[in-house]
Amino acid sequence: MDGDGHRVSSPRPGSGRVRGGRWRGVGAARGLVWGLAAAVPLIFLGVFFGYPVASLIARGFVTDGMLDLGGFAEVFSRPRTWRIIRLTLTQAVLGTAGAVLLGIPGAYVLYRRDFPGRAVLRAVVTVPFVLPTVVVGVAFRTLLADSGPLGFLGLDGTFAAIVLALVFFNYAVVVRTVGGLWERLDPRTEQAARALGASPARAFLGVTLPALMPAIASAASVVFLFCATAFGVVLVLGGVQFGTIETEIWIQTTQFLDLRTAAVLSVAQLVVVAGSLALFSRARHRRERALRLQSTSTRPTPLRLWQHHRPGPDLLPTAATAVVVGLLVLLPIATLVVRSLRTPSGWGLGNYVALGTTGGDNALTVTVWEAAANSLRIAVDATVLAVVMGVLVALVLSRRPRHLAARRAIGWMDGLVMLPLGVSAVTVGFGFLISLDTPPLDLRSSPVLIPIAQAIVAMPLVVRVVLPVLRAIDPRLREVAAVLGASPGRVLTAVDLPFLIRSAGLAIGFAFAVSLGEFGATAFLARPDRPTLPVVIFRLIGRPGAENYGMALAASVLLALLTAGVMGLAERLRGEHAGEL
Amino acid sequence: MPTIHSAERWLLRRPGSPMPHNPALGRRGVARFAGRAGLAGVAALALAGCSVIGTGSDSGTGTGSEDSDGEGGGVVQVVTHDSFHVSEELIADFEAESGYTVELSAPGDGGALVNQLILTADSPLGDVAYGVDNSFASRALEEGVFESYTSPALPASAEEYLVEGSDALTPIDIGDVCLNVDHEWFAEAGIDEPETFEDLLEEQYEDLLVVTNPATSSPGLAFLLATVGAFGEDGWLEYWEGLADNGLKVVDGWSDAYSVDFSGSAGEGDRPIVLSYSTSPAFEVAEGETEAPTGALLSTCFRQIEYAGVIAGAANPEGGQAFIDFLLSDEVQADIPEQMYVYPVNDQVELPESWTQFAPLAEDPHSVDPAEIDAHRDEWIQEWTATVIG
Repeated sequence: MDGDGHRVSSPRPGSGRVRGGRWRGVGAARGLVWGLAAAVPLIFLGVFFGYPVASLIARGFVTDGMLDLGGFAEVFSRPRTWRIIRLTLTQAVLGTAGAVLLGIPGAYVLYRRDFPGRAVLRAVVTVPFVLPTVVVGVAFRTLLADSGPLGFLGLDGTFAAIVLALVFFNYAVVVRTVGGLWERLDPRTEQAARALGASPARAFLGVTLPALMPAIASAASVVFLFCATAFGVVLVLGGVQFGTIETEIWIQTTQFLDLRTAAVLSVAQLVVVAGSLALFSRARHRRERALRLQSTSTRPTPLRLWQHHRPGPDLLPTAATAVVVGLLVLLPIATLVVRSLRTPSGWGLGNYVALGTTGGDNALTVTVWEAAANSLRIAVDATVLAVVMGVLVALVLSRRPRHLAARRAIGWMDGLVMLPLGVSAVTVGFGFLISLDTPPLDLRSSPVLIPIAQAIVAMPLVVRVVLPVLRAIDPRLREVAAVLGASPGRVLTAVDLPFLIRSAGLAIGFAFAVSLGEFGATAFLARPDRPTLPVVIFRLIGRPGAENYGMALAASVLLALLTAGVMGLAERLRGEHAGEL
Repeated sequence: MPTIHSAERWLLRRPGSPMPHNPALGRRGVARFAGRAGLAGVAALALAGCSVIGTGSDSGTGTGSEDSDGEGGGVVQVVTHDSFHVSEELIADFEAESGYTVELSAPGDGGALVNQLILTADSPLGDVAYGVDNSFASRALEEGVFESYTSPALPASAEEYLVEGSDALTPIDIGDVCLNVDHEWFAEAGIDEPETFEDLLEEQYEDLLVVTNPATSSPGLAFLLATVGAFGEDGWLEYWEGLADNGLKVVDGWSDAYSVDFSGSAGEGDRPIVLSYSTSPAFEVAEGETEAPTGALLSTCFRQIEYAGVIAGAANPEGGQAFIDFLLSDEVQADIPEQMYVYPVNDQVELPESWTQFAPLAEDPHSVDPAEIDAHRDEWIQEWTATVIG
């Protein structure tokens, strides 16, 4: 793929006259290439997301062959509906605010400062992101239940517990997305502000924070969508009492088969999500601008906790991060690890040895190791798909075409690719069933649907990770390159590619993590003889007996290790030591 | 343009010339990255074997529906819930004897299974479905997703489980959803164990019971139906009010209740009475022990019956019928307890020893007429939610 949608012809009439003819031809070809780059992911989303979802929603609005929108009036006249919408928004806003407020100091400590164990810690904070919700739910409840170590807080079954769990899951998204931009931010601007007499706080608020805004907004929009559509966490920790639109759609569809109500709620969810996205995108738009970026990470300086017998500037963010990572991330994970070491016959590695078996009383059809291999295989496919599609989208979205229409189209596309995070998994899953049921698209029992479904979930994340970096590239660099005679392809490889590659490592890591941890769509589509790791964990934890429970925990630890390993590898891809160049 | 000089420089730049703070990094960086990426990629591929799509050589990756129209043989597509499990050898024997190839798909729990069958009635998911239980059976029958079939292999003991007025569903196995108690907890506390529904309303059992939500869990729904069976359509809700007043705890799913809140299992929670199955105590017996630390309250049980049926409009209905006969064969019936933790419908089949000892069926389980369930299921769940959750 090559080409550059950015109009580089100079506005001055002179240059236009000299080279006008050639530019027009190139412009048309370029438009075609970019059109194609936009069309491929859009068609992919259309076939595997838009069409199935639309089919299911449409079915809810058709009664006896007639369009019937009476469901809206009925559903919206129930007080419960409004309570659910309110709860959905409240928990999403609180969860997002928590993740962002706690994540920014985390990004600073983990990406701008150096200390022993930093790489490990970076990988560890991502683990919650992929842990199966049923396991996290059990781990959280173990901690918070009256008999648990944190039982004295009285949080079991409360709204606060749900919000905490949402922060637990999404902390990494903020830390990594913001950290990824932060570590490439040219520190000299802030240093200049400091040299001119600004206090550290003022330099941060006035210089650094605005520069980080695109990444913060990007992360916040992803986290918001994850929170607004959280399903397992809400069910396990809150039940029907704290239902959200998502859990209500699930109950209405799978328990009551009330497609009418489910369709109305799906539309309501889309409206909520689209509205929030529009707000985020406006906030983002105003903040986004060219930044001084470095293609290599700055060599991070050691933590300055204590300087000249006074608290150093890093003490506060470090303390905040230590508390968050310790209490919110490590404690639940440690609970899992500790309990995975407990076997019916005392402490030991028995549960891990059992991973080579099919579980107590044949709970499984394959061993946990085989399931892990399935997960990895599927994750490779899903990651390739998600990254190819996501990078295409990000490249298209990072252009700033002159035509208003083209800019508008880009704005729409920006919102469109985020929607998969905002639609209930059960809607997508049931949509697959009723729409992809005729050849050549009878894919309902085909194994290709699993990586496709996971890629659709991962793609928005890839876009949001890559895009802030691409958008921060000064467009003048591209213009200048083109003016100096670089072909559009050369402009892309010379200007965009280096940044793309750096952030692609992170995107690959996230896509891989999403695929490893994805449960909803996978459980829906996975064949029983080829389950993934989260699917076998779910099976094991749903069986009585201490053996199976212990194995489920050991398998969860395995999943966590795999994720941390993949994330660590992705970190290396991003060039941890690039500063040595 | 202020940036022209630096831009010019990087375009004309020779490899290796230092370019601090220039976003277009040196080619060496790219090359080094590419090398690293390549290595990591190779490592990842080696780790993962290779992709699913890439190989496609495993048996049964196709959708298979095209191959299933031949007489005698071909593919039988079996749609089940996600707890389905029959020994691989038995399936292999069936394939060898019948000439059919079995393809399984398991797209969710029992309720989700029924709803999917209904949604896909125009373009069926397979030939035969297994795992529809008696709390959802009438919905499936109402929607006509199954074809009539009476298996010649149906044992006499299964006849009582046939759905009245329909021959489209064949009972395969049964199980009891009952309250379980932690014997050790009660012994230590010096309190008598409860035995009946009414006992649970007594003060000494305050804050001791944890159950699952009928809207989100199938044992939860079964337990709701048990109370309907015990107290009648007019009395069950009042009973739940009493339970709620006596410190009932409701959680979303079985694993949550059993492994976090229940004191008698891995979780060591703080509630000694939990909603589970009559077979659960058998799993709590430690190796070498002869006593189960937990037990089921057999007067609180609801009997779940699981059915199989040939899907209407199936591509291979004969194959579907053959599979139902297979499920009723003595071999599979004997295999069922070990594989799916439920009782076979054929009472002549020998049970595992631990079951006769620790996992008895209730003698007189509660039941509700399937037609009644179908007429009121949603309403009952909503009333329950309004009363217990608020």
